[in-house]
Amino acid sequence: MNTILHFVKKEFLQFKRDPKMFIIILFAPIVQLVFLGYAANMDVENVKTAIIDRNRTTESRLLIEKLEQSGYFSIEYYINDYKEAEKLIEKGKVICVLSFPVDFDTKLSRGESAQLQAIFDGSDGNTASIAAGYMIKLVAEHSQKIVLTARDKSGKALLIPATISAETRNWYNPTLKTRNFMVPAIVGLLLMIVTLILTSLAIVKEKEIGTMEQLIVTPIKPHQLIIGKLIPFTILGMVSVVVVLTAMRVIFNIPVRGSILLLFVSSFFYVLSLLGFGLFISTISKTQQQAMMLSIFVVMLPMTFLSGFSFPIENMPYFIQMVSYLIPLKYFIVIIRGIILKGVGIGILWDEILILFLMGITILYFSSKNFQKKIN
Amino acid sequence: MHSITVNNLTKKFGSFVSVDNISFNVKEGEIFGFLGANGAGKSTTIRMLCGILEPTSGDALVGGFSINSEPDKVKSSIGYMSQRFSLYNDLTVQENIDFFGGVYGLSGSNFRERKNWVLEIANLKGKENLLTGLLPGGIKQRLALGTAVIHNPKIVFLDEPTSGVDPISRRSFWDLINQLSEEGTTVFVTTHYLEEAEFCNNIILINAGKLVAEGTSEELKTNYINHKIIDIECDRTVEAMEILEKETFVLDTSIFGNNLHISVLDDVSAKKSVLALLEGKHSFRIRKIDTIVPTLEDVFIHLIEKG
Repeated sequence: MNTILHFVKKEFLQFKRDPKMFIIILFAPIVQLVFLGYAANMDVENVKTAIIDRNRTTESRLLIEKLEQSGYFSIEYYINDYKEAEKLIEKGKVICVLSFPVDFDTKLSRGESAQLQAIFDGSDGNTASIAAGYMIKLVAEHSQKIVLTARDKSGKALLIPATISAETRNWYNPTLKTRNFMVPAIVGLLLMIVTLILTSLAIVKEKEIGTMEQLIVTPIKPHQLIIGKLIPFTILGMVSVVVVLTAMRVIFNIPVRGSILLLFVSSFFYVLSLLGFGLFISTISKTQQQAMMLSIFVVMLPMTFLSGFSFPIENMPYFIQMVSYLIPLKYFIVIIRGIILKGVGIGILWDEILILFLMGITILYFSSKNFQKKIN
Repeated sequence: MHSITVNNLTKKFGSFVSVDNISFNVKEGEIFGFLGANGAGKSTTIRMLCGILEPTSGDALVGGFSINSEPDKVKSSIGYMSQRFSLYNDLTVQENIDFFGGVYGLSGSNFRERKNWVLEIANLKGKENLLTGLLPGGIKQRLALGTAVIHNPKIVFLDEPTSGVDPISRRSFWDLINQLSEEGTTVFVTTHYLEEAEFCNNIILINAGKLVAEGTSEELKTNYINHKIIDIECDRTVEAMEILEKETFVLDTSIFGNNLHISVLDDVSAKKSVLALLEGKHSFRIRKIDTIVPTLEDVFIHLIEKG
């Protein structure tokens, strides 16, 4: 036990000597949180729009006003033909072009249905389909209003088909801000950087400078060596969780709705698996560069892409979905989004937490075994 | 009394035999030189004796403990210093000593005493708070040795401890080794500097994993070389060597610095033949030709080439 304490003390002394390390651990998470929090934004607002208004009547202007007032579209240009529209889309000046036919108002006044054409720049499919959705919704609302006004004016009961309207409410994130969804998950990424990369680097560094050899000939047992190395990085990881949660509350005003204790316990389980990966990388790398490359390309990137952090797992092909079950970050993201955004507890999240725990100890156990074998 | 007894130690890596059935004894308190070319199996042997590598077969008693059955006890009774600087550059002198002292389980007055001793031999009294990385090479080496023996082990293994250190620091490092040995510590040292091997009480030489010679440096020089060495200083050394190699009275040739060494049975008649051949027939300019006492280097090269 004493040996482990000596080790932990030594690691912290080394942190102290390396101010860059402190910056990485304390400030990098905040900087990253801010960058990612603002940048990881897939909200579609103020879609730049050009209008071809061949009608030029009150009817067409009413609809344009409605679009502008919704906040989803901002009308940047009034143009005359499709040639101009093509140019604007090619230059990226607008994403949407809305065209009114000449007989827009006359058709409406005759009680016929009028056609509008909306063109979207589909090269960013996500934005285009969301913007198209908004357009359809706004136009439908407007057209219903026209029908109702017409009925009121005529004073007689027109035969209008019955309609069903769905009143939607988005729970937990009423304004559907991507940020609220992304920021909690960033905790998972940051923990990966602090624990996985730093652990593997710290061990490989000892190999590189030759102190590992010196440690092996001392009576330190391999498990003491491993525990002594892992404790400091676990502590650092937990500190960075506190930093990130605080920054999340202060900067983005996202509170933790659920149990903070449960959040810490799950973070700890998640960290176990990361330490395991870190240890494994340190056993197969000879230099710090190798450890860095392996951490990033073999663990971090696949973990990030397959965890549901950026792309929904439900959209992935079956085979990739199967692979995602092996990714600890997948479970951690479900847990952390659940606790922070929904305020749910162990009653709901118990299976994810259990899987994360089992994964953590399994990965750590096998990596430690492998590490001990390599030492001997 | 032997502090290390090695019995038929063998280590194979797959089909490659790194250490091939070697046996030897190291007396308590002596300085024991362990020589061999790169890749001869020196490091493998040391790693086995330190209890960090399991032998394929055979055994050794180090400080009375078997490396097979009691490797942990072996580890606590030895000190080890490798050719790579093995302290933490980003810790201070004091912190390094504290860490390794702690790892070896030292505490209380005994620890304070040993810490003082380390600081003294490294000439670092009053400079405990310096960062280790900033120390000059020779001082670092002494500090590394001090920390390697902070727990006062009976045996210390030094794996090329003086590589990359200037000659003056090397000399004072050897004074330190002598001091350890006088205090009763067995010093097991490998080196590439054969003049350093002269300071050892006993030497063994291994080649391709096999033990090829053992004894004091005097014994090695007399027992393993029964012929005379002639040192020749002349121009066009390489050409001269090529000519002499073809002669039957020349047993062996090698180049030492600018000079040529040849091994012969009868040095008196050989000198005459060399002069006649080189000066007379091929008009070399011979500046010096002398019979010399063979150095360990001569023995070393002779034995390795024979092997």
